[in-house]
Amino acid sequence: MLVHSRTGKWATWAVFFLLFVPLFAVPLLVIVAASFTTNWSGAFPSGPTSEHYKAATSGDSLQALTTSLITAVSASLLALTVGSWAALAAASLRRRGRRFLDGLFMLPVAVPSVVVGLAVLVAFSKPPMLLNGTRWIVILAHTILVTAFAYQSVSAAIVRLDPMYEQAAASLGARPSYVLWRIRLPLLLPALTAAAGLCFALSMGELSATMMLYPPDWTPLPVQIFAATDRGSLFTGAAVAVVLMGTTLLVLLGVARIRTRASYR
Amino acid sequence: MASAVAGDVSAGASGSRPVLNRRTGPSNLVWALPPVAVLALVFLYPLALVVQQSVSPDEGGTSLAPYGDVFASASFRSALTTTVWLAVGSTVGCLVLGFVLALVIAFVPFPGGRAVARFIDVFLSFPSFLITLALLFIYGTVGMANGVWTDVTGAADGPFHFLTTPWGVLLAEITYFTPFVMRPLLAAFSQLDTAQLEVASSLGAKPARIVRQVILPEALPALAAGGSLVLVMCLNEFGIVLFTGAKGVTTLPMLVYGKAILESDYPAACVVAVVNIAISVGLYSLYRMVSRRVGA
Repeated sequence: MLVHSRTGKWATWAVFFLLFVPLFAVPLLVIVAASFTTNWSGAFPSGPTSEHYKAATSGDSLQALTTSLITAVSASLLALTVGSWAALAAASLRRRGRRFLDGLFMLPVAVPSVVVGLAVLVAFSKPPMLLNGTRWIVILAHTILVTAFAYQSVSAAIVRLDPMYEQAAASLGARPSYVLWRIRLPLLLPALTAAAGLCFALSMGELSATMMLYPPDWTPLPVQIFAATDRGSLFTGAAVAVVLMGTTLLVLLGVARIRTRASYR
Repeated sequence: MASAVAGDVSAGASGSRPVLNRRTGPSNLVWALPPVAVLALVFLYPLALVVQQSVSPDEGGTSLAPYGDVFASASFRSALTTTVWLAVGSTVGCLVLGFVLALVIAFVPFPGGRAVARFIDVFLSFPSFLITLALLFIYGTVGMANGVWTDVTGAADGPFHFLTTPWGVLLAEITYFTPFVMRPLLAAFSQLDTAQLEVASSLGAKPARIVRQVILPEALPALAAGGSLVLVMCLNEFGIVLFTGAKGVTTLPMLVYGKAILESDYPAACVVAVVNIAISVGLYSLYRMVSRRVGA
C-alpha cells in the first residue's frame, strides 16, 4: 500500500527483519538453545545436554514451579473475584463514581512493584496482621499487582456488553441476582477467561515485589532463575526460564481454548 | 439516552425493582464498598504506612530528617538521574522502533505478518528479566559476541562490555517495552482508511511524505498513550536492572530494594519509595488524561 515498487518492498522487509529478528526473536531462541548446552563461548553453542532440565525439573526448581503455580492460580482467582466485582459495581455507578473506582483500581499499575512489595512488607510484618514469613504474603502481593489488570479487562468488556439482553431479562421479571448470574456473567465469560490468563502470566513472571518479601520456603520460579544466574549457573537458569515460559504458554493456550468455546456458544 | 429510557421501561415492568436504570441509588454504592474496602486494607493502608515510616526516623519521633538525609546522599541523586534518563531514553527508542515496525506490519504487508503480530502478543506475556538473561548469553563477558571476536582476532578479550553499564539496561528496556508501543499502534493503523494512502500516493506523494502527513497525525494519540505507559513502566522497572548485576546502574526501585533488604534501612527505603511513587503516579495520571482525551 505504502511502497509500490518491488525493490522498495524487499528493502523495507529487509530492514524490518534486520531489526525484528536480532531484537525480539534471537533473545528467546538464545535462551532455549542455551538451556540445552554445556558451553557457549563462540558463535554456536556446544556440548548438547539435557542435564539442565534434570536440574530444572527436580529438587528446588520443581518446588519453585509448584510454588509459582499455586501462587499464580490463587492470585489470579482472588484478583478475578475482587476485580470483576469492582468492575461490575463500577458499571452501575454514575460517571464520577465510576471514574473514582477506575482511578483507585488502576493505581497499583502506576505504583512501582518494588514499592508495593515494600508496602506489603511494612504493613503485614506486625500483629494483628502478621503474614511476613508465610506464603500468604507472596500471594497477597501478587493479588494486589494483578487485580488492576483483571479490573481493566472486565470493565472494558462490560462497556461493550449489549444492554438489551439484561433489560429483556429484567423486563420479564428476572431478579438482579438472576440477571447477573445467568445473563451478565455468561456474556462476560470470554473477558473473564482472558483476564484470568493475563493475571496468571503476570503472576508467573512477577519478580520485583516477590524479591522484597519471599520467605525462604516459598521461592517462586523468577526468584529461582535469579538465584541460579546470580551464582553463575546461567545455563541452569536458562532451563528454568524455559520451564517458566513453557508453563505460561501452556496455560495461556488452554485459556484461549476455553475462550473460543465460550464465545461460540 | 436510549438506555435511560429502556431502564425506565424495565423498572416499570418489574414493579418495585429499579435495577437497570443508571441512577446511582444507595444500593449500588453499597455493592461497590466490599472491593474498595479490600483494596484499602491491602493496598492503600500499606502505602500510608510507607509514607508514615518515611517521616519516622529510627531514633523515634516524627521529622523530615530522613528526607534531608536521602536527598543529600550522592547515591540517591545519581539513582534519580539514572532512572529518569534511562526511562526517557528507552521511551524514545521504543517509540521510534515501535513506529517503524508497526508501519511495516500494517502498510507493507508480507506473508507471516499476522504471525509476527501474534508473536508480539506472546512476547508481552513473558517477564522482562528474560531479555537480560538472553543478553547475558549474547553480549556477556563469555558470551557469543565476545567469543566470536576473540576467535576471529585472537585477542584475549572481546570489545563488548556494555551490558553492566546503563547502555545494557537501555538495550534490554527498548527490546522489552517496544511491543507495548506496537500494540496500540497496530490497533490505530487497522482503523486507518487505506484509501487515504492510495489517494495521497496517486496524487504523487512519496512514502516519506505519506507517513509524515497522513499516517503520523493519525498515529499520534496511540503514540502518546503507548509512550506514556512505557515511560511509567520503565521508571518502575526492576527485573532488568537486577539481572544485569551491574553495581554501577542503580535506579530508584533498585535503591528501594537495596536500602530495605540489603541494608535494612527502612526509613530511607520508604523515602525513596515515596519519591518513586510521586513520579510514577504523577506520570500515570498524565497518561490516563492523555488516553481519555484521545479516546484510546
